[in-house]
Amino acid sequence: MIEIQDLYKYYGERRVVGPLSAKIEKGEIIGLLGLNGAGKTTTLRVLACDLLPTSGTVRVGGFDVVEQPHEVRGKVGYLPDRPPLYDDMTVHEYLGYAARLRRVRPNDVEKRVSEVEGMTELGDVRRQLVGTLSHGYRQRLGIAQAIVHRPDFVVLDEPIGGLDPIQIVEMRGLVRGLRGEHTVVVSSHILHEISETCDRIFVIQNGEILWSGREADLSTQVEKGMRIRVTGRVAGTAPEAAGERLAALLIAVPGVRAVEPRDATESGEGIASVEVAAESDVRDALCRALVTADAAVLEVSRLRDLETTFRALLEGSTS
Amino acid sequence: MSSVLLIARREFYAYLRSPLGSSIIAAALVIDGLWFHLQGMSRPMLSAEVLQEFFNGASGTTMGAAIVLSMRLLAEERQTNTFTLLNTAPVRDVEIVLGKFLSAFSVIALMTALTIYMPLLILVNGKVSWGQVGVGYLGLLLLGAAATSIGLFGSALARSQVIAAVIGTAILVVMLLLWLVARAVEPPLNTFIARLALHHENFRPFMQGILELRGVVYYVSISYFFLLAATKTLEARRWR
Repeated sequence: MIEIQDLYKYYGERRVVGPLSAKIEKGEIIGLLGLNGAGKTTTLRVLACDLLPTSGTVRVGGFDVVEQPHEVRGKVGYLPDRPPLYDDMTVHEYLGYAARLRRVRPNDVEKRVSEVEGMTELGDVRRQLVGTLSHGYRQRLGIAQAIVHRPDFVVLDEPIGGLDPIQIVEMRGLVRGLRGEHTVVVSSHILHEISETCDRIFVIQNGEILWSGREADLSTQVEKGMRIRVTGRVAGTAPEAAGERLAALLIAVPGVRAVEPRDATESGEGIASVEVAAESDVRDALCRALVTADAAVLEVSRLRDLETTFRALLEGSTS
Repeated sequence: MSSVLLIARREFYAYLRSPLGSSIIAAALVIDGLWFHLQGMSRPMLSAEVLQEFFNGASGTTMGAAIVLSMRLLAEERQTNTFTLLNTAPVRDVEIVLGKFLSAFSVIALMTALTIYMPLLILVNGKVSWGQVGVGYLGLLLLGAAATSIGLFGSALARSQVIAAVIGTAILVVMLLLWLVARAVEPPLNTFIARLALHHENFRPFMQGILELRGVVYYVSISYFFLLAATKTLEARRWR
């Protein structure tokens, strides 16, 4: 478990983080979301014992980062925004060095290095010099060095920075794969990325936690509701009439504030799409209403515009 | 393997892999060779005097090489962000400093060992006292250790290797020139300041083959002081 109590970090006179308090349970994947300069990296550096807090208490796995930094460092694996890689070593040598540095038993080093090379798909380049690796491989190697000693806590600072779309998908899978064995704290300024990977989100602004919770709650709380697209088929009706029929059925569902017709997402007789504005997640009730009225349910999907939600949250905090 | 040896081994191989280590050793050997030829072989001298001149010249290249080798030790790690790996591993700051020091000092020791052919050349036309050779080399190693620790301290202070070299050189030059300062100071301070000079009074006995405990203690103390200062600088950086 990670416990942060009234953490402050100042650079000179400038407050970068604080007051910040949070609790992270074992096995969770936590996303730290915030704009550039919000204090994410500083918070992560404190968790990784790379930096000491100005005041406050931070306990990682029961150890205090100021009083017992040696113990904390043994339990944490850290990937900074620029992976700490030695270009003059091969991938295999580098991971061996990182493993020994992090106290992996000498007899287990080879085995463990081969394991993480497999996990991070670095096997093909294990004999290659780090300096010749592509950006994607360097990020993978950065994660590999962070988990080579089987840490209880993995701290990843912007792991998808500069990756192409395919590499992002692979990296997402890699981070999700850490679930269970490790407690993971990952930072990003891209809400979509965080929502795809994390169990809980901490939205950080000006060094403080602005909001924390599940991504689904973020939308409902900030947007004060949920937007849902429904596509249904009302047999024997023209498309316009089908839209009106769907709207009439759905507006009667408790919790629905408004129903707007939209272009149908599919073509066919009696098929229409509408957008429902609801106070909460009423997708179950919408389905039931349509089925009860003998209308076929072709699609019920939540409309998510995460970036707008994020912006609304930040604007709400400054207004 | 302890963290100190682990870090030292990595850094030592980094010197050997990069052109830096070999080019510094080569340059130092060329300068030592030229000095030996011009100062020691160009005029009639006693063998002991030739040997003394050799150690005098080698002390200069040793100090220069130590500053150039050590400037990168911590500053480069910060420039390339690799220092984070050491900083977030369960390794103490003193272990980082000692590992780094040991790697650069090993290169200095290797470089010093490669100069052995010059004292051996004296044997062609003269005689050497192996005691003088041994004490002279001990002096070179002690001076090399002190200069390396000064350079390492400069590297701990700076983010850029160039600045690190400038800081290291500045400290080294000030410590070298203390014997001049001593001349301008009244007794009893003049003796005290002269004894603090990095080369003059402390290295000369080694060149002459005189092994004095106070010289050994001086160089060990200087090395200890600057290694401690480098360690404290790293510790302080975690709070910034």
